[in-house]
Amino acid sequence: MISVEKITFRYEKHLPLFQDFSWQVERGHTWVIIGPSGCGKSTMLYLLAGLQRPEVGKILINGQPVTGPRPQTGLILQDYGLLPWSTVRDNIQLGLNLRSFYGPDGKHAPAGALPVKSQPAVEHWLQRLGISAIAGKFPGQISGGQRQRTAIARTLVLEPDLLLMDEPFASLDTPTREDLHQLVRAISTERTLTTVLVTHTIDEALFLGEMILVLKNGINQTPLIFENPFTGQLTPHASQDYQRLTGRIREELKGTLA
Amino acid sequence: MKKRLPILWATLGLLAVWQICAMLVNRDILPSPWTVLVAFFTDITGELGKHFLASFWRVLASLILSIALAAPAGLILGQSKNLNRIFSPIIYLLFPIPKVVLVPIVMLFLGINDLSKIVMIFLILFFQILVLVRDQAASIRPELVYSVRSLGAGRRGLFRFVYLPASLPAILTAVRQSIGTAVAVLYIVELIATTRGLGYYIYLYGTTLYDYPKMYAGVVAMSLLGLGLYFAADWLHRVLCPWQFQGEKEPA
Repeated sequence: MISVEKITFRYEKHLPLFQDFSWQVERGHTWVIIGPSGCGKSTMLYLLAGLQRPEVGKILINGQPVTGPRPQTGLILQDYGLLPWSTVRDNIQLGLNLRSFYGPDGKHAPAGALPVKSQPAVEHWLQRLGISAIAGKFPGQISGGQRQRTAIARTLVLEPDLLLMDEPFASLDTPTREDLHQLVRAISTERTLTTVLVTHTIDEALFLGEMILVLKNGINQTPLIFENPFTGQLTPHASQDYQRLTGRIREELKGTLA
Repeated sequence: MKKRLPILWATLGLLAVWQICAMLVNRDILPSPWTVLVAFFTDITGELGKHFLASFWRVLASLILSIALAAPAGLILGQSKNLNRIFSPIIYLLFPIPKVVLVPIVMLFLGINDLSKIVMIFLILFFQILVLVRDQAASIRPELVYSVRSLGAGRRGLFRFVYLPASLPAILTAVRQSIGTAVAVLYIVELIATTRGLGYYIYLYGTTLYDYPKMYAGVVAMSLLGLGLYFAADWLHRVLCPWQFQGEKEPA
């Protein structure tokens, strides 16, 4: 599904975050990228989303090189992603409005896509995410969890095949966060979505990710990958294997956290 | 609206102060509010109304012209760091110049017609709107732009769905903030070489015909023009930008 091929990326006047870095993601898998602040985990997401371009190397999605935002890729950020002047319903409608604004040109909207009957789709996702009751409210009037549900609905209404999430639950309280963890798990299994999620919490990484990619501060050259058998398990914390895995990841992150 | 009742009380209070002053001064140059209101309502359907419309047209034309030019310019500067780097020192120098000193120059170049008057008011509104819209567009969070781009927006889509709605409150705020100055300058340009407009009306009855109730009626009309435009901008702000007037986010 995703093939990152020998990319090098740096921000102007900085050391490279990635150099000659390669990484593969298979269709339908859920990956979590974990690492300290500044390690490049959000940057990797922006690269996959086509919002940043590698200096050297290329990124292929379904065999096609990524040259800009791709209509079938959904991106969900921690906060600030909703239009403050639009209601929850209109925010969810935004991607569909953009698609009819541009027409099915293959660049801003999938080529050859029939015009979506948007109203039923919007209502479906409002219901599925349990935010029908607040559909008429503005983002400034609702809780952080509800805002994140709106952002998820807005992305899913476009029926993406790849979902990218940048620390989507970082600013939420624990019960809300656990609620949304379940929801994201449920949705990505029922839709066979390929998902890449960025976090800095090990427990979150191990609940959601079937595969874990650890990034470190400094130049990332070879991907450090862990397979995670504990995905979706609610209370794996007591098992020795779980503790061993978190121990190893923590060990890897240790040197870089200072 | 809850704001209305206090405003009504304030109006009555000011009228009462005026009445008391008129009684204390007891001279022709300060007629009582009642006399002035009678003069206002008798003449507003006739001569005063005609002058009011002339002034109203000048302000309205300037408003439309300045919004039409300053809002897109502000949006472009707010989006483009490079362009802003070039133009921002120029705007920085021109913005604080009291535009009213340009009256003679504008009149020399554009003549003593309506156009020169409209351009004068335009100059005041233009910079105010330009600066506020530019700053508003520049303050849009990159996360928001990334999100909307990931939903498929290119440059045109961002303009239509992000920058345009984001700049609307800035335009209305700019209009509200500068309408007082605009009407003041309108008065000054209407003193010069014209026979239409409230400025002319006030000056004519005040210094030539010595009809003080009518002069005050003109002052009232000009105040109402400024107030009306201010209230209209305020009302449009509430109607077009409802998200700014909803209660703050409920506590978690």
